[in-house]
Amino acid sequence: MRVMAQIAMVMNLDKCIGCHTCSVTCKETWTNRKGMEYVWFNNVETRPGQGYPRRYEDQEKWRGGWVLNKRGHLALKQGGRIRRLATIFSNPVLPTIKDYYEPWTYDYRDLTNAPLGDDFPVAAPRSLISGKPMKIEWSSNWDDDLGGAPEHGGSDPVVTKLRDEIGHRIAFAFEETFMFYLPRICEHCLNPACGASCPSGAIYKREEDGIVLVDQDRCRGWRQCVTGCPYKKVYFNHRTGKAEKCTLCYPRVEVGLPTVCSETCVGRLRYLGVVLYDADRVTAAASVPDEKDLYEAQLDCFLDPDDPEVARAAERDGVPHDWIEAARRSPVRALISTYRVALPLHPEYRTLPMVWYIPPLSPVVEALTETGFDGEDAGNLFGAIDALRIPLEYLAELFTAGDTRPVRASLERLAAMRAFMRDVNLGREPDTSGVLAAGLTPETTEDMYRLLAVAKYEDRYVIPTAAAGDARRLEESALPDECSLDQAGGPGAYEHGPFGDDSGRTSLPLVTLENFHLLSRRQRSDKQEDL
Amino acid sequence: MTVLLWGALPYIVFVLLVTGLLWRYHYDQFGWTTRSSEVYESKLLAVASPMFHYGILFVLAGHIMGLFVPASWTNALGLGEHAYHLLSLYGGGAAGLLAIAGILMLVYRRRTNAPVFRATTANDKLMYVFLLGAIAAGLVAKFTHSTPSHGYDYRTTIAPWARSLFTLSPDTALMAEAPLAYRVHAVIGMVLFALIPFTRLVHMFSAPLQYLFRPYIVYRARDPRRLGARPKEPRGWERVDT
Ligand code: SF4
Ligand code: SF4
Repeated sequence: MRVMAQIAMVMNLDKCIGCHTCSVTCKETWTNRKGMEYVWFNNVETRPGQGYPRRYEDQEKWRGGWVLNKRGHLALKQGGRIRRLATIFSNPVLPTIKDYYEPWTYDYRDLTNAPLGDDFPVAAPRSLISGKPMKIEWSSNWDDDLGGAPEHGGSDPVVTKLRDEIGHRIAFAFEETFMFYLPRICEHCLNPACGASCPSGAIYKREEDGIVLVDQDRCRGWRQCVTGCPYKKVYFNHRTGKAEKCTLCYPRVEVGLPTVCSETCVGRLRYLGVVLYDADRVTAAASVPDEKDLYEAQLDCFLDPDDPEVARAAERDGVPHDWIEAARRSPVRALISTYRVALPLHPEYRTLPMVWYIPPLSPVVEALTETGFDGEDAGNLFGAIDALRIPLEYLAELFTAGDTRPVRASLERLAAMRAFMRDVNLGREPDTSGVLAAGLTPETTEDMYRLLAVAKYEDRYVIPTAAAGDARRLEESALPDECSLDQAGGPGAYEHGPFGDDSGRTSLPLVTLENFHLLSRRQRSDKQEDL
Repeated sequence: MTVLLWGALPYIVFVLLVTGLLWRYHYDQFGWTTRSSEVYESKLLAVASPMFHYGILFVLAGHIMGLFVPASWTNALGLGEHAYHLLSLYGGGAAGLLAIAGILMLVYRRRTNAPVFRATTANDKLMYVFLLGAIAAGLVAKFTHSTPSHGYDYRTTIAPWARSLFTLSPDTALMAEAPLAYRVHAVIGMVLFALIPFTRLVHMFSAPLQYLFRPYIVYRARDPRRLGARPKEPRGWERVDT
């Protein structure tokens, strides 16, 4: 047993309102630069829908992730090492800008400079890639809210698969269809295919917190990682010629703050916490023969921090004490392992993703309410989950490689919780049968309710700081030897690097401890006077 | 002039290449990349880029064989003078043609595809002039001085000169006798070598062969020195993008 700690995320899809606030704040923070115009480290897709980049789930085309080779060993779907080095001069399966979308701006000058005339001047769209006038034809969320679904809906790879393999047609007619939002970031996988396909070895998983990062100084622009990642969450910066990806906002996480997307999420549906896992079991878990067993296999990698033996091993393997403490209080562990309501996205890619999702019950509740039934009644809901087979099968294709049982179990637990808590809140004698049938107890149901519905800031984000484990080392190292303004460039100087903005090195601003505490108090407080 | 071109220039180029590489490795890790334009356009690139790269790799192998393997060694291996000439003419010629066809397509793509052209810096254009020039001059030299039955034997002049460079006693007189076309090719080639560290060509020195031997997943511990501000390092490289 080799214990490692990972900061993982869970998203409660029922609460996502598809507002894209997370995407926008993430973009403002990380990708509002030249060369990254088309990049969204966080994107929100409407499902059914094609996603971003278009049809990224079609691995027969894009060849991301891992597969088992003839001998049952893990191999990159892209091909072996020699084969990929041989095709390095032109990666045959690299998505081009058009597969994402061509970013644009508008020629706003026309609005003020146009000569006086009878017609209103318009700001014509201009491509940010070629600088030429362009026709806007696609974007990162073009099919938002099922826009154009009758026409494009069939292009969703999951819809195609259901139709071809199971024979279910998903209706896209209004009133017959269902939809939900799927916010996506990099999964910070336990077995990252992006890193495995990087010829330079520039993509690494951090030992302390499992965050997967691209070393910008080591990346040489071979573009293999873009293909390697089955979720298409590594992007090529076309100005700097380097790969970039979601960083899980590590500068924030290191000081105990949640990521920007979590912090700003309007639905407050994101959870961040520590998960302990056994690094020795990762490869075996990723190589189980049956795709449908991958969910369970990944669950088996996770360790229980309450187990004294695990705690001892963690201590031995250098996991700081407060990280083990945090793992015990981790909301992510609770949702994944204790309540078993969260599921991984596309486990069949065998990367062991670490951003998990609580499947949405709302399409079921909605369909039920529309038919005139009480959509919150446990009995009705249980029946409906099965009766509405298409959403169930669709969700299973997303979260459990097609096995509907874990999805149904998760939905039943959520349904039972709803019905139970409604009784509690209305002051009725709660009927515990539904809860017990779903494998919960009244107490765990209330705990789960507190985590999912009340969802206090402190409960959603339990993030130990990087500093706590080795505070002294940090204190000594975080402060530069001399004043940071003394250096080349002078105070606040902003420079362009040799290959575009942000190349070369710039110093980060230092945040004082006081400011940090002030900020964190403000973000956590519920009362006016604390502000 | 003879001494300058064949006695001094090679060493200047060598010093520029080595110090330039060291300097760039030290100060510009971030700029060290292929600067691929594949995300803009991939159809033409998929044909042209492998053509060029494989062509130029064979050309490189041919040059190493021609310049640094003495004729006596290949003779000892049973590869006679005429057989060698045919190999050099057809093998080298084919590789050269492959490379030049590839690069011409790449230049065409660069010029006609708006996004790719926009991403082309002045530095790139300079590099292309010398790269294209070197390949073209090489092919001209080869094809104007060879027939299938007989060809200019550079292994008695250019190759000994190239080898004499290593003993620090360059035999410049040998080069002065070589045909003009060969001399032009050599000069352009040397300038191209000097340009490598300062252009995108530098990516050739990061050919990722270590990939064949490392484990798939890389784990790395956080660098404690990187937790706070990073000092600004002096850079010796000017901004080249537009
Ligand atoms: S989801 Fe993230 S960690 Fe996983 S393969 Fe893709 S980029 Fe790598
Ligand atoms: S901010 Fe939250 S609610 Fe809004 S789209 Fe993002 S994940 Fe959904």
